[in-house]
Formats: sequence, C-alpha cells, structure tokens
Amino acid sequence: MTARIEIVAAAKTYPGVRALDDVDFHVAAGEVHALLGENGAGKSTLIKIMTGAATADAGELRLDGRPMRFASPADARAAGVGAVYQEVNLVPTLTVTENLALGRLPRRFGLVDWRAARVQARLRLRKLGVEIDVERPLGVYSIAIQQLVAIARALDEDTSVLVLDEPTASLDAAETARLLDIVRELKGQGLAIVFISHFLDQVYAIADRLTVLRNGRRVGVGTPQEIPPAKLVPLMLGRELEAVERARAAGQTHTGEPILVAQGLGKTRVMAPFDLTLHPGEAVGLSGLLGAGRTESAKLIFGALRADSGSLKIAGEKINPSPRASLARGIAFCPEDRKAEGIFAELSIRENIAIALQSKRGWLKALSRAEQDRLASEMIEALGIATPDAEKPVGQLSGGNQQKAVLARALVSDPRVLILDEPTRGIDVGAHAEIVALIRRLAGQGLAVLVASSELEELIAVSDRVAVLRDRAFVGELSGADINQQTIMRTIAAP
Amino acid sequence: MKSFSPPLKISTPRAAPRLLWPLVALALIFAVDGIISPHFFAIRIVEGRLFGNLVDIVYRATPIAIVALGMAIVIGTKGIDLSVGAIIAIVGATLDWRIHMGDPHLLALAIALAAGVACGLWNGLLVAVLDIQPIIATLILMVSGRGVGLMINLIYGGSDPSFESPLLQGLSTGHIGLIPTRILVGIGLWIALWALVRRTALGLFLEAVGANPKAAELAGVEARAIKWAAYVISGFMAAAAGVILTADTHTSDPVSIGLYSELDAILAVVIGGGSLNGGRIYLLGAVLGAVVIQALTTSILTSGLPPEYNLVVKAGVVLVVLLLQSARTRAAVARLATGRKR
Amino acid sequence: MKRTWLPLAATIAVFVALFGVGGALYNHFLSSLVLGDILDDNAFLIIAAIGANFVILSGGIDLSIGSMIGFVGVVMAKLDAFGWHPLASAAVMIVFGAGFGACQGLIIDFCEIQPFIVTLAGLFLLRGACFMVTLDSLPLRHPFVSDFAAVALPLPGGGFLASSALAMFAALAVAVVIAHKTSFGANVYAMGGDRTSAALMGVPIRATTVKVYALGGLYSAFGGVIYALYTSSGYPLAGSGAELSAIAAVVLGGTLLTGGIGLVVGALFGGMILGLIATLINFNGSLNGAWIMISSGVLLFVFIVMQRALVGSLTPRSAS
Repeated sequence: MTARIEIVAAAKTYPGVRALDDVDFHVAAGEVHALLGENGAGKSTLIKIMTGAATADAGELRLDGRPMRFASPADARAAGVGAVYQEVNLVPTLTVTENLALGRLPRRFGLVDWRAARVQARLRLRKLGVEIDVERPLGVYSIAIQQLVAIARALDEDTSVLVLDEPTASLDAAETARLLDIVRELKGQGLAIVFISHFLDQVYAIADRLTVLRNGRRVGVGTPQEIPPAKLVPLMLGRELEAVERARAAGQTHTGEPILVAQGLGKTRVMAPFDLTLHPGEAVGLSGLLGAGRTESAKLIFGALRADSGSLKIAGEKINPSPRASLARGIAFCPEDRKAEGIFAELSIRENIAIALQSKRGWLKALSRAEQDRLASEMIEALGIATPDAEKPVGQLSGGNQQKAVLARALVSDPRVLILDEPTRGIDVGAHAEIVALIRRLAGQGLAVLVASSELEELIAVSDRVAVLRDRAFVGELSGADINQQTIMRTIAAP
Repeated sequence: MKSFSPPLKISTPRAAPRLLWPLVALALIFAVDGIISPHFFAIRIVEGRLFGNLVDIVYRATPIAIVALGMAIVIGTKGIDLSVGAIIAIVGATLDWRIHMGDPHLLALAIALAAGVACGLWNGLLVAVLDIQPIIATLILMVSGRGVGLMINLIYGGSDPSFESPLLQGLSTGHIGLIPTRILVGIGLWIALWALVRRTALGLFLEAVGANPKAAELAGVEARAIKWAAYVISGFMAAAAGVILTADTHTSDPVSIGLYSELDAILAVVIGGGSLNGGRIYLLGAVLGAVVIQALTTSILTSGLPPEYNLVVKAGVVLVVLLLQSARTRAAVARLATGRKR
Repeated sequence: MKRTWLPLAATIAVFVALFGVGGALYNHFLSSLVLGDILDDNAFLIIAAIGANFVILSGGIDLSIGSMIGFVGVVMAKLDAFGWHPLASAAVMIVFGAGFGACQGLIIDFCEIQPFIVTLAGLFLLRGACFMVTLDSLPLRHPFVSDFAAVALPLPGGGFLASSALAMFAALAVAVVIAHKTSFGANVYAMGGDRTSAALMGVPIRATTVKVYALGGLYSAFGGVIYALYTSSGYPLAGSGAELSAIAAVVLGGTLLTGGIGLVVGALFGGMILGLIATLINFNGSLNGAWIMISSGVLLFVFIVMQRALVGSLTPRSAS
C-alpha cells in the first residue's frame, strides 16, 4: 500500500516544549487513519504540519511520494489537503453558499456569479447527502450541519487528503452516525482520511489503522486488531519507565461527616448525572481520557458550569453552586486553561494571588498591602515561582510559573475543599514532585482535595480514591489497592 | 519544601516607565515654550490669586482631567464611555433648571450630580446587563443626550438660561487663598477616587474584570456589578466636570458645552499610559494626560502660532503616542534597526 | 442574494410609518415634493453613510467622516478661488479621501491599534486642516455650481430629484455592486462576521482592511463634494458630527455595529429616516430641534436591542 501523504522523522520544538520528536506518519488512499493521544501528545502539531499551519524543524513531508513544503494553509489546500476542525472555522453570519464559495467565487463578466455559486454549493452538499437552503446564514443551522458544510468546503475536486480533527465532539449520537457514514463513503471514493477523536468507540468503528502519540513521540502504530483498547490506554497514559511507586501506604478510608456531597449533579449534553462525596483530609482523583468529562465535572461542582440536575451540599448545607457561593463556603478552584480562565496577564503576581481571598472578603475590606506582600512572598517561596519580585505582571512569567500563581491564588483563599484541574500541566519535573507532595500535605492538614488529571502516576501518588470517567459519565470508583495503573486503565478501557 | 526562588526584592517602581512618556511630552512642550517666550513660566499674584501660564494650563485642564479620571476607570474594565460630553450637557441643563425652580443651590448641585449618576446607571445597564458593546451602548446617550439637555432647558422656558450662583461660581471660577477653587475640587475628587479604588479592593476588581472577565468570574468577582459601577463612576465624574463648566459660563448651553470632551478624555487616558485593552487603571496618568493636552493647546496659543494649528498638532501627538505604544510598531522599528546594524 | 432582510424590513416599515404619521398630521406631507427634498437635503449624509456601512460591515468604525466632509469643502472652495473647475477639484479630493482612508486602514492593521482611536486622530487631523485652510466660509463661484443645482429629474406628483440625490443614487448603485458582486464585498462580510475564520478561509485581512477604509474615505470625500456643491460653499465647521449621524444611519439601516450583517442599501433608508424625523419636527413649528436628537437616540436604542436578539439567533450553539 503506497502512502498518499507521508511524514518522515518530523520534529518540532516550541520554546520550552519538544512538541514532536522523530515522528513517522502515513496515510494511504482509501484509508481512515486515526491519530490518538492526550493533550500535549503532539497531535495538533502533526496536523498543523500536514495542513500548512506550521512547518517542521526537521523531517520530510511527502505527497504521493513527492517531497512537499507547505508555507501556508493555502499551499496545503492547493496541493489537495483539506481540513475540518472541531471549532467550525466558518463564518456563521455568511450564507452557506458564501461559506462554501469564499476564496474561489465563480465569476461572469468580472462580477461574482452567485447563481453559479449556489448551484455549486448545492452540488457539493448533495455529495454528502445534505439538502438544505443554501441561502440562509450558516449560523441558523445545527453544529452537525455546519460540520458537514465545513467538510464540503474542505473537499475540492482535487482533494486527496482530508483531516478531521474532533469532528464529532459537539454532535449527538444520530448526528455522529451520519457523519461516520459520510466518512466511510469518502473513504470508498479513495480519499486518505486522518481521523482524530477522543471517542474510542468511534475510532474503533471507523479506523483502518491507529497511530498513538505521547509526549511528542510515536508510541504505537497498527490496526485496531493489533491495538485493542486494553493495549491502547496504557500506550496513551502509561509511563514506559519503571512502575510508579505509590508515595505512601494504600489510601486511607475516610468516614464520618463529608464536607462535600454531590448527588445526581449533571448537565444535559455536557455531563451525565454523577454522585461524589469528599471527606475532610481526603484526596480524590478524577481519571479518564481527554474528553471523558474530567474538567466538566470539576466545573459543575465549583459552579463554573451551571448544573441542570442534581444537588450539591457543602458541610450539610445545600447550595446553588456558583463561583461566588462556592468560594464563600470554602471551595477553591484551579482551572486547567490558565490563559483563558486563570491568569490576569496585566496584573502583578501579588494581585493575581490575592484576588480570590479578596473577593471572598468583599470589596470594602481590602487586604492591606503588607498582607498582600506577605501572602505573595510566602507563596512565591512555597511554590518556587521563579520571579525577581511579586510585582512582575503574571503575563511575563513562563507557563509553569503562571500555573503556580493560579494554584497559589486557590491556596491563599483559605479553602476547605480544593479542586485542581490538571495542576501540574506544563510544570517542570522538579516542581511537579513538589506539587504532588503539597497536595498530600494539604490533605494531611484536613483539606478535601479533588484532582482532575490526565497523568495516572500523579493520581496514583495523591489519591485516596479515584473516580473513573468515560464519555462524559462516571463509570467506576477505585480505592485502596485498586489504585494502580493496571486497574485504572482497565476501568477506563472497559467496554 | 525547599525554595528555589532567588531572594526577593521588596518592590520596584513600576510606575516610572509608564509615566515617562507623558512627562517627556510635557517637558518637550515646556522646553519649546521656554525658548519661544522666556516669560512663559512667570507666575504672579493678581487680586489675591495666582496668575500665569502654568496656573492657566492646570485651571483649564481641570474639567477634562476630572472626566478623564472617570474614563480611566471605564477603560480599565475594557470599556469606553462616549457619552460623557452628553452627560455634561444634561447635568448643566439640570443644574440651571433646578436653580430657576428656586431650589437651594446646594440641593440643585446634588440633583445635578444625581443626574450624572443616573446617566451612568443607564450606560451600565446596557453594558453590564444587556451585554451591549460599550462603544455602541454609550453611543446611544451620546447621540441623544444633548437633545435631553435642550428639552430640560425647555421645561422652564429656556429663553434665558443664564443664572447667578455665588456657591457654584465660587466652585468653578473662585479661589481659596491663592489657588483657584476648581483646581482644589479636582484634586479633591482625584484623591477621593484614588481612595475609592485603591484603599478598597474595587480597583483590583475593576482591573481584574478588564484583564480577564472569565477568570474574574471564577475568582469570585461579580463582574457585572463591577462593570456597572465603572459607568456610574464615570457618570458622576462627568457630572462634576459639567457643574464646573456650566457655572463657568453661567448658562446652560447643551449644544456646545463639553463638545469633544469624550474624545479629549479618552486621549488623556491613552497619553497617560492606559491601554484600551483594559486591565489597568492609571489615575495619575490620566490627569497628566489631560495636562499634556491643555499644555499643548495653551502653548500653541501663546506661541503666536495661529490657533487653527491646535487640532493638527494634537492629532500629530496622538498618532505619535499611539505608534509608540503599539508593540507591533516597536518590533518593526527594532527589526529595522537591527537590520541596519547587520 | 438572500441575506438577513429582517432588520432592513423593519427599517423600511419604520420609514413608511413615520411618513404616514407625517401625512396624518400635516396636509401636503405625503408628496413627492417632501420625499425629493429629504433625499436632496440628506444626499451627502447618505453617501457618507454608505462608506461608513462598508467599514462597519467589516467590523471597524470610521470617525473621520465629518471632518473629511468639511475638509473637502474648504479645499474645493479654495481651489475655486484659484480658478479650478469644481469637477477637477472634486476628482482630486476624492482621490485624496481614498488615500487618507487607506493610510488609516494600514495603521489600524499594521500597528494593531483600535480603529476607533486611529480614526479619532483622523477626525482631529482633518478638522484642524480645515482651520488651516480657512477660518471663514468661502463661496464656490464657478458657474458649474449653479448648473449642477439646476439639474433635476421630475417626479410624478410635482416633486423632483435634485442633482445631489441623483449623484447619491449613482454612488449607491456602485456600492451595491461592490458589496454583493465582487469578491472584495464577500471578503468584507466574512471579515466582519468572524475575523479569525475569515483569515483561515483565505480572506486577505490586511488588503481588505486597507481597501475598506479607502472606500470609506472615498465615499465621505464624495459626500463632502456633494455637500460643497449643495451649499455652494466651503465652511471649516461643515460636517461636524456627521460621523455620528452616518453611524446612526447605518445602524438604523439594519447593519450590525459589530459587523458582518447588513445590507449596503440600508444606509439609504437609515439616512432617510433621520432626514424624515428632522423634516417632521421642522414641520411642527412648536417642536424643538432637541426632539431630533432624542428620537434618533430612542430609535438607535430600539434597533440595537433588536439586533442583540438577532445575533443571539445566529450564534452557533455549542456543547460546552
């Protein structure tokens, strides 16, 4: 089988991150090749290289055996590589016709021939079995239809490679089935298809081959039969090094009055209702693959996402979760996406650290400058934030240090429950161990800690219990000796 | 836990580089003034009060400085208030109307300030609750506010809107000791506002909302109420400026009072180092910016240059300041410079 | 092309209703004479608003419109005194307007400074330039000016379309073709709808930004030419605040101030509504000019709130 698109020994380094390291990847005509890996595994960098959004530092890209170099997405498109992303990259205010025709408008006497554009638009959509009014703005249609329009746009007559990046992330079951049918049909027409999804059932339903990436390296390639789910999950999550030692004796069982009780908490289309109990002094891990619902369940408990079912009790008191209400009752949250939801780039480290405690106290009772300085320098020292002083704007710190500042903010707000979403993402190895130790120490002091993480060894090291999530639902809870890589992975992968 | 962090410096004077540009601009303007007319800086005492170009600059800059203080707050939340000129007109008309209705002048003053606060509440409602873009939301009052002022004039006939008020005119054009009262009023408002945002946590919340509204919400800040407060503050400050301007002319003239003051105030904030992207509030910078603008105007007048050059020079200064602030331009200039070195 | 016609339909309905109100209140209001007058009086504003409409559709804003109108007028008057033919000076000024707009667009895109601030500097610069040309009102004495004013197309019912109205319709026709029949027009809509996606779809952002501000400058300069011919003079304060009226006309015409949604022809109806309100209020001797501003503000408010609801229906639902 000859490869239609082929990447040989690709490497790409971003400042501080080795995004891709000697990765090979090839897709043949009439093949659906799934690309798998957690966040930061290198999937998006690989896609960017294929679609011209980035260039590799080393390695070669070949199309039908010929070496190519894409300087821009336009180059890639012209060469026959089309791409569709999870976030529909079309303009919702434009009509369907305009979205399909933009950049290649048919002309007549020098002017745009919209009649021809409409005919072409209908034709392109009909190929995918879509019959809609192409004159309405794209935004009025469902995400599923928008996704199909995006696929139609990516498919020129000469498109030979189609990259689908999480195309089903926002679709329901019926919509997904339809999309997968279309993918099968395109495959039948001889397209080479790169399929990225965190829904393993879809991957196994459609893929002819799988490539697994972890930390920028290719850790596995083969047919779905060669890599069944039980083998796939360790590839994605596991460490090839020696087994992680559990930092302490098997997790203690905590009984007595719980500090936090979630019952049937859920949100339609986002997270199936779940139960969760936290005791003082207990650390609970949330484990699952990317997209399983780790972040969503953490946010539902904190109130950053509004639940539409179930209830939440803090220390026996039923509350209507919202960030303010949660903070007031001693729940602190450290978000995963620090740039979008965590840091105030223009504000100083001191202010970034003080703000949650300050909002808890109200605007009239300002923390004195001396108090803020004290909190900031304590945290800078405790977490090892690398900065000359506490007045530096957080936006000028490295990613790991920004993460520490957000963590520090949660810690100084004097919480009883600490919710950490990927607390060690982007943090260097030394600080990583420190944060793990810190979480244990906080639990030892009587805090209840909820840690959502994609890193199994981290969860194993800190957790007294581990809740396992799959496809936006809780599917199991492990405790005691069951908290080990094999059992967690088996629970994640179980059909 | 071990610490890897280097020893801490307690504080760094971060304000310095930010205030450098307006200060340099002011120094340049004054340097030119000093060369053109050696007596430019002379200050003398006439009829028991200070006179001279420097006093005049601060005196004339005061109303815009007051408006700019409120604008700095709004811009800090990543907003903008285009309606301050219209608010000045409404406040002037309200003041005049209540005085003609025979209210005690202190009450009239209170009602006029309340009118400004009401305008701020309206703007805040549109921005914070209805979630309309600030430029668009405040455009509504900008377009219609002067008409509202004219309508208020009509309530009491409006044929002779002039008034006499020792209290109000004292506030605007009088002096306490050697110093013009309005300068003291301006300084008082500045200190009060500084205390409001820096002695409480309001300033931190305002800046947090401007820097990252999503993160502010997650940190427990009530972004909506905070944004609303910003527009109310801006409305109040515009009202204070409106009282001074109206008392100065003894009359309510909604069509032309405070014309372009929104543009001057925004400019003052930008010259003072404030970014329209929000996240930072520089009160001192805004005041300095207003002084720079007025110094430019006064200098053009005293230099013998025709006054019609005023706007063109102002536009030139704006452009230079903007280009200096743009990271993209600085990068391009740096690239050119290093390119040349090679 | 089918776009979101709903806001424009609302605009036209408002116009018809206001016209009806006028007819109910005053004799002789419902006539082609009044309609022709409204078009004639507001032609310059509608022309400027057409340019502003492009800029706003692209997601930007142009505050330099009013100053451009004033500047074009004083320069034409000055050149008239030197014996220039108004058509020659008009051509020069229109080219100048396009060039000035292009510079603004380049600064906006290259330096990444908000259009609001850049065009505010443009407002100051051009108004200041007006004062440097003259402080007084200068007449346009060339015979062409009166010849221009004499042109009129009779309308059924005794009214007529004056030359400025005819020029406006010509400008509108060109604008409609540019907006809906060229790839530049499609790019403007795409950029205003979603800048990031548009860039990914291959829309040249910098070229489109420069072109759209050039077009805005060109149209406001043309509006200035028409205003100078209409008043047969150049006055340094002419067009003060016209940028606000133009923006209001664009919003009333159904264009979303955040860009991406709207029709170029909306500027015509938006401008006519503003003119109609002024005419209605002037017809009633007892009403004050203040009503013009207040009713414009109220209409603006209603349209903006209506647009918020409309945008809500066009925002794609997302799962998280």
